[in-house]
Amino acid sequence: MSVRDVTRTLLGEEIEVTLVKNASLDIETEHFTAITGPSGSGKSSLLYLLGLLDRPTSGTINMLGTETTQLSENDLAQFRLEKLGFIFQFHFLLPEFTAMENVRLPMQKLGKLSVKEQTEKAVALLESVGLHDQIKKLPKQMSGGQCQRVAIARALANDPALVLADEPTGNLDTHSAATVQQILRDIAHTEGRAVVAVTHDEHFAAVADKRIHIVDGRIQGN
Amino acid sequence: MSIFFSIAVRHILSRKRQSFVSLLGIIIGVAFFLAISSLMQGSQNDFIKRLIDNSPHISVHDEYRNAKEQPVQKLYKDRVVELRSIQPLPETRGIRGYKQVVEDLKRRPGVRASATLTGQAILNYAGRDNSIVLNGMIPADMKDLTTVEENMIDGSVDDLISNRNGVIVGAELCRRLMLERGDNITLTASTGQVRTFKIVGIFRTGSLDYDDKQAFTDIKRVQAMMNKSNRANTIIIKMDDSSKAQKLADEVEAATGYKSVSWQEASEDIMSTLAIRNVIMYTVVSAVLLVAAFGIYNIIFTIIMEKQKDIAILKSMGFLAGDIQWIFIIQGCILGVAGVIFGLPLGCCLMLALEQITFEPPGVSEPIQMPIDWSAPQFFIAGAFAFFAAVLASYLPAKKGASVMPVQILRGGQ
Ligand SMILES: Nc1ncnc2c1ncn2[C@@H]1O[C@H](COP(=O)(O)OP(=O)(O)OP(=O)(O)O)[C@@H](O)[C@H]1O
Ligand SMILES: [Mg+2]
Repeated sequence: MSVRDVTRTLLGEEIEVTLVKNASLDIETEHFTAITGPSGSGKSSLLYLLGLLDRPTSGTINMLGTETTQLSENDLAQFRLEKLGFIFQFHFLLPEFTAMENVRLPMQKLGKLSVKEQTEKAVALLESVGLHDQIKKLPKQMSGGQCQRVAIARALANDPALVLADEPTGNLDTHSAATVQQILRDIAHTEGRAVVAVTHDEHFAAVADKRIHIVDGRIQGN
Repeated sequence: MSIFFSIAVRHILSRKRQSFVSLLGIIIGVAFFLAISSLMQGSQNDFIKRLIDNSPHISVHDEYRNAKEQPVQKLYKDRVVELRSIQPLPETRGIRGYKQVVEDLKRRPGVRASATLTGQAILNYAGRDNSIVLNGMIPADMKDLTTVEENMIDGSVDDLISNRNGVIVGAELCRRLMLERGDNITLTASTGQVRTFKIVGIFRTGSLDYDDKQAFTDIKRVQAMMNKSNRANTIIIKMDDSSKAQKLADEVEAATGYKSVSWQEASEDIMSTLAIRNVIMYTVVSAVLLVAAFGIYNIIFTIIMEKQKDIAILKSMGFLAGDIQWIFIIQGCILGVAGVIFGLPLGCCLMLALEQITFEPPGVSEPIQMPIDWSAPQFFIAGAFAFFAAVLASYLPAKKGASVMPVQILRGGQ
């Protein structure tokens, strides 16, 4: 996946705000990439661009051989469904659905597996993040760390090529944070996906295969 | 089960109390819509039925709809002709050759016809002159084509057949003049002829004026009294299918030239009054449902406001804007369908309760029920309207929900 000379500006009231300025970078599979930088530097903005949730004002984003800047809103949604997985600082699980049902949602939307296969896969994913005994619980019956791990399982539901995480451990205690970090690294290294995570955690960033440091919307030279 | 449906259901269940209240609104709206509209429709049907049954379906009068064309006008067809002070020739009024017209009409299937001759007469009694309208008919036809027999409180039309000097008068006249069946009355016609009739029957319709002024007897008597032998001034027609009256009236008028008035034409003013009444009624009952629809709008709007994060994550996951909109429209459908399912039976209960109410219209001896129309269209209209209102009420907020931008919500965090 390659990003070339991407700029994103917002037309605020009177002044124009530049969130990301002339960013170019490559993301490789089996790599764990960390994005770091001070607060307000544009890390989340860059991640939303990578995740096709936002469109660049200028520049190109080529993903898995597809030029995405020209795609329609619905094509982008389909792309996200099939190829991308998101994890945010807050788990954003649907509160009325159990852990297993939350993980199943993206598979149901994609509709490629039978109901039985979906359930089996959801259970397997939950087991892989160490939640084999929490399958039937609602989000409010689980701890923050457990919810975040359900969110990771959900992000992996449709076997995405790229997993994007925005401060996935920002809201967790040290122990839970370590677990989540380990899972994310495993996703990249043993499952062969590309993982990009925004983080404030120096230790986490230190073990990354690649570090992108961003200040005032500009990527700093490596 | 569709994923949209399951999300929609759980959203509604997550706000049970509020959803229930807005559902209650729809249920009550449907019930009232159904009950009121079937009562109005029922009473209208009842009214029209009386209207049709109590009067001839077509009356052919001994007059022309338009003044006769003058020979000079025929000559100068494309010119303007001004004629002043035209006066018709004095002629004996009445439908010429009425027997032939009646015979021709009777030959049509499902059509009954008879001629009547109506004239004014004075009943002199105890020094007072009472004006009376004397309706002459063939007694056997009177039974078949009019409601005189049904309104009889004493005697029968059959007595007219056996007693050729018999007359049937109204109950109000009898009350005023203290007459009874079997009494003799003397009538004076405008021609000066005086005849004595024997009261063989008394009728009551409920309309005081009618019961005071109208009298029925054999057409031959009237023809003789009025010096109009072999004349009739009205032909009355009843049909098995009253809805075809207008067509037959047009045919008769074209064939005979006499003004033929169908019941539709005669009651045009009443029909337009009924139409206005329907408009008012549907406006009022729709307003009830409209208020209920606001309840649905409110609950779905609340859910959307509360579920901004869920919408954002679903969209980031790959749900389309249309999918999100669909989820909320399904919620409107669910509330609408539930409202109809519970509302129609409640409406039936209201209709049954309304049917228990009885009242006594003037002139009718036994109390009658409120007329309720139980026909399927009433149920269909109430159900369809409620469902449509519910879907529309969800459509507007659903559009708003679908337009949520995930980035804005996700950036905001919790
Ligand atoms: N809608 C907006 N209008 C104006 N400015 C905005 C808007 N959204 C973001 N910004 C600005 O853009 C900059 C980048 O925001 P962004 O969320 O990408 O920062 P970040 O690096 O993720 O910060 P943090 O570490 O606190 O999450 C910030 O300075 C922010 O104030
Ligand atoms: Mg951020």
